[in-house]
Amino acid sequence: MSETLVEIRDLSFARGSHVIYDGISMSFRRGSVTAVMGPSGTGKTTLLRLIGGQLRPDSGDVIYDGDISIPSLGRDRLFEVRKRMSMLFQSGALFTDMSVFDNVAYPIREHFRLPEELVRTLVLMKLETVGLRGAAGLMPSELSGGMARRVALARAIALDPELIMYDEPFAGQDPITMAVLIQLIRKLNQTLGITSIIVSHDVNEVLSIADYAYVVADHHVIAEGTPEEIIKESSPAAHQFIHGIADGPVPFRYPAGDYLEEL
Amino acid sequence: MSLFDSVASLGAAGIRFVRHVGEAGCMLFRALVGRPEIKKHFPLLVRQIYVVGVLSVTIILVSGLFIGMVLGLQGYNVLVEFKAEGSLGPLVALAILRELGPVVAALLYAGRAGSALTAEIGLMKATEQLSSMEMMAVDPLRRVVSPRFWAGIYSLPVLTVMFCVIGVYGGKLVGCDWLGLDDGTFWSATRNSVDLEDIVNCMIKSAVFAIIVNWVSLYRGWVCLPTAEGISKATTGAVVDSSLLVLGADFVLTAVMFN
Repeated sequence: MSETLVEIRDLSFARGSHVIYDGISMSFRRGSVTAVMGPSGTGKTTLLRLIGGQLRPDSGDVIYDGDISIPSLGRDRLFEVRKRMSMLFQSGALFTDMSVFDNVAYPIREHFRLPEELVRTLVLMKLETVGLRGAAGLMPSELSGGMARRVALARAIALDPELIMYDEPFAGQDPITMAVLIQLIRKLNQTLGITSIIVSHDVNEVLSIADYAYVVADHHVIAEGTPEEIIKESSPAAHQFIHGIADGPVPFRYPAGDYLEEL
Repeated sequence: MSLFDSVASLGAAGIRFVRHVGEAGCMLFRALVGRPEIKKHFPLLVRQIYVVGVLSVTIILVSGLFIGMVLGLQGYNVLVEFKAEGSLGPLVALAILRELGPVVAALLYAGRAGSALTAEIGLMKATEQLSSMEMMAVDPLRRVVSPRFWAGIYSLPVLTVMFCVIGVYGGKLVGCDWLGLDDGTFWSATRNSVDLEDIVNCMIKSAVFAIIVNWVSLYRGWVCLPTAEGISKATTGAVVDSSLLVLGADFVLTAVMFN
């Protein structure tokens, strides 16, 4: 079992002519919480999709568990590997035509032929973990944003994955929900040893639970290290992002021609 | 626009069309080819047959009845001038079986069920439900697209039969019960002029239209831009494209069958 669960090697990716990554390398240690931070639009979600094999890099490699090269896997093998990982989408992505219970039961029913009694027990256990056992009968439309995200988290851990990728888990949440989510992520990491990758731009929240962090901007990793190192980071772009300064190396303005001339 | 530009844009449109056909073909192939998992897929199929088929029954029956009645009324007015009102039965039955039944049922189906398929798949895409399925190692093509496609293939021919039956009955209602034609004449003339071939052709047409409408609707949803505007465009596009393709295919099929 390798120490590193996911490793990104010299990866480049572009959408059409729009370059998103230009030769980045990162590694995500087994059993730890790693944060990937960066201004919006730098392709943090794209990174998760690359790890999950939903997108294929133009060059470079994504290595899973030491020897599995995700981009070169065929569909069937990829699906086998995906059973070991899961992703928490920003919107929750619950199936709107199923109840909370059925949503959490969905991956279990899809992949294992278990008696309904056992499925029920498993689902209630997962829902209890996120504190929503009482909401099992509700439909997704009846949930608040924070509850939907917790249900999605219960669904994400339904198959006991070894890796969870969180896509902006804190975006648009009230402080209480945020605290609940932070606590849950930490709990899942510590008690179940689930490796976590958190993509976020909520610097303080994410640094409070991360063991290691990367800051991405401008197609590259511009800073990396433990949370303490990141906060002390002195490169101008990373400093601007972490301390939330409006203008700097990451410009406030979208590139445009001369203002006077255009008027 | 110069001549050169127009030739170039024609070429671009051609390439775009071929690419869409190729993509749609790949989508359908991946959705339909694979190990069937009857226990898992059968309940999904039944549910979709309910959604696209059973829920379309009302609109099909009402439209069929009225179209049959209107045909009866118009046909009677013309035929009576030639003292040929006894041929009203064959007129209504053949018009409906050969053309109106399969075509109108397919058009109604495209509006009622096809658009809903597109919008549903588009919204599932926009809300990342399809992505999350993929990440759960479930193939959305097999799990979402395939049952919807098969449900449509089974439903539309059945809806077409319903349309035809109630359409002929509508013609009879107007011709016999209202305008006073003899029931016996109506039915015996109808039986004498409708061949088995007409019914088979009606079913063939309906099956082809079912493939067209469902394929186009599902494909438009599958590739739509996951935004409000993208979904609305895809939905409109699904109805417009599938209607036009149905009418075009109808002409080709008619030319082959009745020539």
